[in-house]
Amino acid sequence: MAEALPTIWFVLIAILWTGYLVLEGFDLGVGMHMLVSARSEQDRRVMLNTIGPVWDGNEVWLLTAGGATFAAFPFWYASLFSGLYIPLVLVLLGLIFRAVAIEYRGKGRTPRWAAFWTWAIGLGSFVSAFGIGAALALTTTGLPLDANGDIVGGGFAWFTGYAVLGGLAVVGFALLHGANFLALKTDGPVRKRMAGLAWPWGWVALLPLAVWAILVVVLAGRWWTYLTLVIAVVCALAWLLASRAKREGWAFASLAAFLVFGSGSIFASVYPLVLPSTLDHAWDLTVSNASSSSYTLGVISVVACVGLPLVLAYQAWTYWIFRKRVAPSHIPPHDVVEPAVAPTR
Amino acid sequence: MHVLAAGLEPLLIARWQFGITTVYHFLMVPLTIGLGPVIVYLQSRWHRTGDERFYRATKFWGKLYLINFIMGVATGIVQEFQFGLAWSEYSRFVGDVFGAPLAMEALLAFFLESTFLGLWIFGWGRLPKGLHLTTLILAIFGSVISAYFIIVANSWMQHPVGVELVNGRPIMNDIWAVLGNNTAIWAFLHTLVGSFAVSGAFLLGISWYQLWRRRRDGIDTIGPDNKVIVGENPAIPGRDKADHALWLHSLRLGAVIAVVAFGLLTITGDQQGKLMFQQQPMKMAAAEAACDTTTDISLLSFGAWNTKDCHTVTGVIEVPGVLSFLANGNFSTPVQGLNQLVPEYQQKYGTTVPNDPSTYGAAAGKTISYVPIMPVTYWGFRLMITFGALSAIASLVALWLTRRGTVPQAKWLMVLAVVGILAPFAGDSAGWVFTEMGRQPFIVAPNPTGVDGVFMFTAAAVSPGVSAGMLLFSLIALGSVYLALLVVELVLLFRYVRGGVASAIPELKNPPGPDSSGKAPDDVLAFAY
Repeated sequence: MAEALPTIWFVLIAILWTGYLVLEGFDLGVGMHMLVSARSEQDRRVMLNTIGPVWDGNEVWLLTAGGATFAAFPFWYASLFSGLYIPLVLVLLGLIFRAVAIEYRGKGRTPRWAAFWTWAIGLGSFVSAFGIGAALALTTTGLPLDANGDIVGGGFAWFTGYAVLGGLAVVGFALLHGANFLALKTDGPVRKRMAGLAWPWGWVALLPLAVWAILVVVLAGRWWTYLTLVIAVVCALAWLLASRAKREGWAFASLAAFLVFGSGSIFASVYPLVLPSTLDHAWDLTVSNASSSSYTLGVISVVACVGLPLVLAYQAWTYWIFRKRVAPSHIPPHDVVEPAVAPTR
Repeated sequence: MHVLAAGLEPLLIARWQFGITTVYHFLMVPLTIGLGPVIVYLQSRWHRTGDERFYRATKFWGKLYLINFIMGVATGIVQEFQFGLAWSEYSRFVGDVFGAPLAMEALLAFFLESTFLGLWIFGWGRLPKGLHLTTLILAIFGSVISAYFIIVANSWMQHPVGVELVNGRPIMNDIWAVLGNNTAIWAFLHTLVGSFAVSGAFLLGISWYQLWRRRRDGIDTIGPDNKVIVGENPAIPGRDKADHALWLHSLRLGAVIAVVAFGLLTITGDQQGKLMFQQQPMKMAAAEAACDTTTDISLLSFGAWNTKDCHTVTGVIEVPGVLSFLANGNFSTPVQGLNQLVPEYQQKYGTTVPNDPSTYGAAAGKTISYVPIMPVTYWGFRLMITFGALSAIASLVALWLTRRGTVPQAKWLMVLAVVGILAPFAGDSAGWVFTEMGRQPFIVAPNPTGVDGVFMFTAAAVSPGVSAGMLLFSLIALGSVYLALLVVELVLLFRYVRGGVASAIPELKNPPGPDSSGKAPDDVLAFAY
């Protein structure tokens, strides 16, 4: 059992990242669509209110993936985060702007105020999606790490084709997933427009993710990851059929399943590596040399066994509570706060 | 950026960055933790009594709570990431024990907090009343346990327990010792009641403004019997008679919370101090500017603080015996001074930093200075106590000044009450700066009764792969964004406060006309962004 713990935690962290991409994937996409696909203020408010109750809970998946990596694989956490210093600082700035913008956007008095925060949501979502995609791609393809696990070559040594590929992969996926989510969760003009995005833009949006997954799977050459990859392709085809048939629920579920199998194929292919060194494979970080002690892994395993099912249950319940579509007629008029002060005499 | 960073040590920038982002984050956190339970109380009073003023109070304070909460969320993500970003050597050294409470915080606390708060915000009018209140209780419970877990992590840096040393790294062997660390228990309680001091002053200051505004606008007046005559002004949304009752209740509630919180702060702080005299005697000696072993407390000391040998500090006012009382509970057992502690530390942990620039950067080979920066510890400690005490005294005065059922007309008193909101924030910040800088030069302070070798110098903890230029970039970027967002948050808080209760209950502005049913159509959201 003790020998299996690092592997179990590798799987758990893969689950956390996949959960993050499936859940925050659509709200990052909604954020970008508010900037690029909305045609009116009403569209933007409809879009924002589909993710209003749930986006913060989705973002905790990222915090948990980070915290769990720190606890279970401190060497992975230390090398990855310090190696990707600049892109992750940009991700943080994006997430900060986005979070604050979601809450503050409706609290202004002028259209300019709302427009500013729309940009903050849209660009913040884009930058964080791109940066997280780059980080995830690089953890599968490697960084120029020295024997101590520190990056060499300066502040931009991480900037490679893989970083761009991973960034585009998550941005593309989020855009499409967000469109599916909006088609499923709204009524009116937004629903119509989003449901129409699938062809031909869907394939373009999924292409970088597909290239990354195929690349990693082929390089690893494990027969059973080919199998999961094929399942992912089947899911993508199911998504295409469902979205052309305007079956919004099935389209959303198929694309989510595509992400689960795609991301599963990627993580399974790189195992047991967690962060390869592109300088010398003797310096690769693996599930065994980067992990915490069995005692620590045992402790957090107990916590995860209790905590994770609970989280899944109450988050699922939240989606059930807010299952109704958001239509323009549901949106209350914009409230402008005026001072409760008697006019000066 | 490289030009700017030339000559700057990465260590120095990384420390400033951690300090700025953490103190900033802790401006939002105590208000979240302190105000949350107050809103739970108000909403449950409303459910039980049906009293309009509790409904309004729930809505109004809930609105301000959310404006502040989001800033805590946004800046909290930085906290979770920055150990790996700028402090990778630290993360590698302590990861086996330090990561676990962070993972627990995310999994057990943050999910609860964020998911159920989303349900509470959007649940108005959609969830049955009891369930709606329960979602808030669960969210606030999440906030409180997140404070516990992060303080468990911090307290391990102050007082490492529950580990053994394996190949030079601390490896956890007792999670219960880590979770039950006496340092953590008292620091958690101290932080919790410190948060209530913040929310008490917040309630008091803002309610004072509202009552003052009502008098200023001629709504409330003082009658011949010296009691308030409550009026209303239908032209201003929300300024009716229930409005007065709401603010007077909130003001008194805030004052009582602030006073009780200060009482509890002294008790928990005293316990923390007693522990700290055992666990980090150097920090406490520096906090008291106690150069030589003594029983006396210094109320005022001056000197050339930065000469760390401590021979130039002059006590101006000293009270015999009190330091011993604070540390040991009697007036005669002496407390060790800096001049006696330094040789002990040198003997245990070395006199010079190992000559290894790859690990220790510019500090390699230099003499280790075991005395923290004394003006910071000495004044940080005193400012913490002063701000806390001022806030409590002001709250007592406020209770007396409002005995007529409203506030005095004087504008300066209102300004004082509003500015006074800052005092407990300042006290909290001073306390954290004191305890974190008092731990230097260690990032993980050695435990005098713990396992030998479990400690780490701050100089060895930064990320070797991160340059001064990169750190300067992030410090400037984060610092300027934080500053701008603080302005935005304050603008919004001021706007919503000035809007009175109608800023949180827009329905008050459009009273139902005779021809309408008086109810919004069923499918319009009670709350929407």
